[in-house]
Amino acid sequence: MQRKTSPWIYKGVMALMLAAIALAGARAQDLKSFEQRITTKVLLNGLTLVICERPEAPVFSYSTFIDAGDVNDPSGESGLAHMFEHLAFKGTSQIGTKDYAAEKIALAKVEAANDAYEAEYLKAVGRDEAKLAELKKAFKEAEAEAHKYVIPNQFTDVAERNGAEGLNAETQLDETIYFWSMPENRLELWAWLESGRLADVVPREFYKERDVVIEERRMRTDSNPIGRLVEQFLATAYVAHNYGRSAIGWPSEVSQINATEAMDFHKKYYVGANIVVAVVGDVKASEMLPMLEKYFSNIPAGPKPEEMTTVEPKQFAEKTVAIREQTQPFYLEGYHRPDYRSPDAEVYDAITDIMSNGRVSRLYRSLVRDQQIAAEAEGFSPFPGDKYPGLFAFYAVPLPGHTPAEMRDAIHKEIDKLKTADVTDEELAMYKTRTRADLLRGLADNQGLANSLAQYQTRYGDWRELFRQLDKVDKVTKADIRRVANEVFVPSNRTESWIETEAAPAAAAQKDGGAQ
Amino acid sequence: MKKIFGMTFIIAICALIFAPNFLPAQQAKPWEQIPTPRLHDFKPHQPQRIVLKNGIVLFLQEDHELPFVSGSVSIPGGAREEDAAKTGLVSLYGQTWRTSGTAKLSGDALDDLLEAKAAHIETGGDVDSTALSWDSLKGDADQVFSLAMDLLFHPQFNAEKLQLAQQQVATEIMRRNDDEGEIASRESAKLVYGANSPYTRQPEFATIGAVTVDDLKAWHDRTINGKLIVAISGDFDPAAMEAKLRAAFEGLPAVKAAPPRHDTFAGPKPGLWFINKEDVNQSNVQIVGLGTDRRNPDVPALVVMNEILGGGFASRLFQKVRTELGLAYAVGGSYGYAWDHPGEFRAEVLTKSATTVDATKAALDQIAGLTTRPFTDEELARAKDNILNSFLFRYDTREKVLAERVKLEFYGYPADYLETYKAALEKVTLADLNRVATKYIHPDKLAILVVGNGPEIKPGLDELKLGPVQTVDISIPMPKQPGAEQKQ
Repeated sequence: MQRKTSPWIYKGVMALMLAAIALAGARAQDLKSFEQRITTKVLLNGLTLVICERPEAPVFSYSTFIDAGDVNDPSGESGLAHMFEHLAFKGTSQIGTKDYAAEKIALAKVEAANDAYEAEYLKAVGRDEAKLAELKKAFKEAEAEAHKYVIPNQFTDVAERNGAEGLNAETQLDETIYFWSMPENRLELWAWLESGRLADVVPREFYKERDVVIEERRMRTDSNPIGRLVEQFLATAYVAHNYGRSAIGWPSEVSQINATEAMDFHKKYYVGANIVVAVVGDVKASEMLPMLEKYFSNIPAGPKPEEMTTVEPKQFAEKTVAIREQTQPFYLEGYHRPDYRSPDAEVYDAITDIMSNGRVSRLYRSLVRDQQIAAEAEGFSPFPGDKYPGLFAFYAVPLPGHTPAEMRDAIHKEIDKLKTADVTDEELAMYKTRTRADLLRGLADNQGLANSLAQYQTRYGDWRELFRQLDKVDKVTKADIRRVANEVFVPSNRTESWIETEAAPAAAAQKDGGAQ
Repeated sequence: MKKIFGMTFIIAICALIFAPNFLPAQQAKPWEQIPTPRLHDFKPHQPQRIVLKNGIVLFLQEDHELPFVSGSVSIPGGAREEDAAKTGLVSLYGQTWRTSGTAKLSGDALDDLLEAKAAHIETGGDVDSTALSWDSLKGDADQVFSLAMDLLFHPQFNAEKLQLAQQQVATEIMRRNDDEGEIASRESAKLVYGANSPYTRQPEFATIGAVTVDDLKAWHDRTINGKLIVAISGDFDPAAMEAKLRAAFEGLPAVKAAPPRHDTFAGPKPGLWFINKEDVNQSNVQIVGLGTDRRNPDVPALVVMNEILGGGFASRLFQKVRTELGLAYAVGGSYGYAWDHPGEFRAEVLTKSATTVDATKAALDQIAGLTTRPFTDEELARAKDNILNSFLFRYDTREKVLAERVKLEFYGYPADYLETYKAALEKVTLADLNRVATKYIHPDKLAILVVGNGPEIKPGLDELKLGPVQTVDISIPMPKQPGAEQKQ
């Protein structure tokens, strides 16, 4: 992510849960009215354009959805997809440079200098510290030389000067999304900028940006108690699949990603067949399609990358993660569940809704209102992604004086009720009504709609699935909920994690900020 | 138009294929050849404004795109008016109002009824106001409106729900030192306004424990006589809606004006403060001072200055600290302005422990540079482009237009404020920038707060040469009752 102020993990699991709900909630009103306003075009390079006309105001929003995220990072290179996303803001051979021909040569020297440094640094035995220092110096000189050709932040500068609003990107485990909104008269400029950076990225200022990304890790994960817990929780819940790997990257790996690796990732995953671009707003598809087609045809064709072979094996051992530190207690647990294509996907959504949505939800009424042991208690799913089998997770924030163990026991009691008795007719009807209404509410926002259309086009090959899923929602029964609860919420499929508050050392006087 | 586009495209393709040998393309700035057609005509849809005889103001904003109706009642008076010994009262009021429900219908029954219709009624408290809001599908709009009015005029605060709210706030108090960013923003605001200021004082176990059901009732009875602003938006018939609102609000007594506030704002004591937190590996540095309020005619020039200091990717702080030095992911800063009291000047940078001093120096240097490094025409043009070309997004939905009008009404600004503000932004000159920078940027009046891992911060903060490093005590006063929580 480029500069989000309330990003995921930063606010901990609560934010993640909202994201999951946003996904689940994105379905729709009247398929017919959208059929008339949406144009879909698959270009010769395989890239899909989805254009939705919504001329409420002279603006548009777009969402570029790359069907690759940190789950695709090669072994030893965790954090690579995210690192590449940062690079995509650095410009191309045409923007952000004073002289690309000279810069290209200088960048090759930076890469060679980095390779030489890393080779020495990684020597298992006989590393020569003096030589290492020399190589570091040579690297810094090469970097300074390449920097001479850079016009810093010119790509984003041109976008912002032309009215780009909400300019940002997000790298998830499953996907990478680029987005912003603009006045409608900048559509062609946007097409030039966006197609340019997808097709023609230059590894400009790569190593400085790597430092920036490591600061992002320190902020989101290392310096945040829930960030630390979530990273350990996922690493424990998964033994084989990349959902268990740090999304922003393990420190030793993200700090050694190089530009060559990032460009290889681009070459493999940023091909037409792996990209959907959705535009929503004051745009006439019939007039604009030829222009968009010309620009977005710049992106290389290339085959759709092969699917991952790894499937998380069935869990048979119950697992726990206990963190003892001087922060307040917290409880989080998860159960493996199938991916978004499962015929039971909506059953999981129903369970999430009934257990967690608002003051009528079972967990709120039980843990917060009646037992008064928690300030918050919810379930959310799928986590940390939906493309591959994820987790159905539950968390609770204990009130002062209450423990993670009490949270666990109280959550398990509520889960047992799902397994032994049907939910009520009212609960099931409420889930269906709220899902329908939430979907409708989401249709009045250009950016939200662009994101949903791009996502559904990618995941199902047809944006119409956004609307059709309501039929599946309607078919969920009480028996389905009970069956799925009995299948999935079993101890051998569970990972429990918590933070326990450790007493502060007796002499915990304030340190003086290293001012000795 | 099409022709120009075609040429641009060919140049773009040639540059891609022949990049190594075919060079003038980048100097040509191909994006500047792309035409910018005239923007489609657009006039933001203003809501209908009706002033009742008693002074209550109604706004009706029709929007028939989707079958929903939503509404809100804004009520003057908020946390800054609460008794210091009961700090947290307004937050407790905002929660308990809704969860208690009315004489006719308990909060729990209201939850069941509304959620079955995917409808909502919520209440909340803020620093200067409280509010009731609702939304529902069109078909349920009449019933939900009646329920909302019942809650507005006949609330039934109860002790059980107050206790639930107290537990929520107690949990927040207990956890307020867990997150580094939360500590940094809270404690730096206290440096600006003072720890006991109505704008920054914090609830404690003792102050929330002192709040009773009678306090909540008294608060409600007092504020409900203020100048209410009622705003409705969505898919409704305006004549019918107006009649309904008149029936609900016209019979109320004439509104009582809120008494003027007499706050004093001295600004921070300059110096360097430190809070140790040994479970982090990144320092959160806040550089703070006193800002201004929106009525200040210098605000447009300050907004342009802010864009240059910390607005976007091309701003001075971002370019230097993030892009050039790679010292931070999160970096930014601005001279703040609030609607009716001085905001804060605030710059922040988050950097690994070892580079705390370097990053702080770099940020301070950019702040000082506002008065020593002259603004350029290029910076002025860029900042104005950034602000003015995206100005449209302040009113590109009817919902945003309505929210803006409610704010202007609440704080007593003219209805055409956005237009005059935009015109003033367009007129900002280099001379204005230099003048406001000299007038408002005083590096010697700023306080610097570092939250970070003391033993890891090397070189130490004394290297900043900002005087003695003063530590801030953030320990949480624990309740005195027996059997209560132990000290963290």
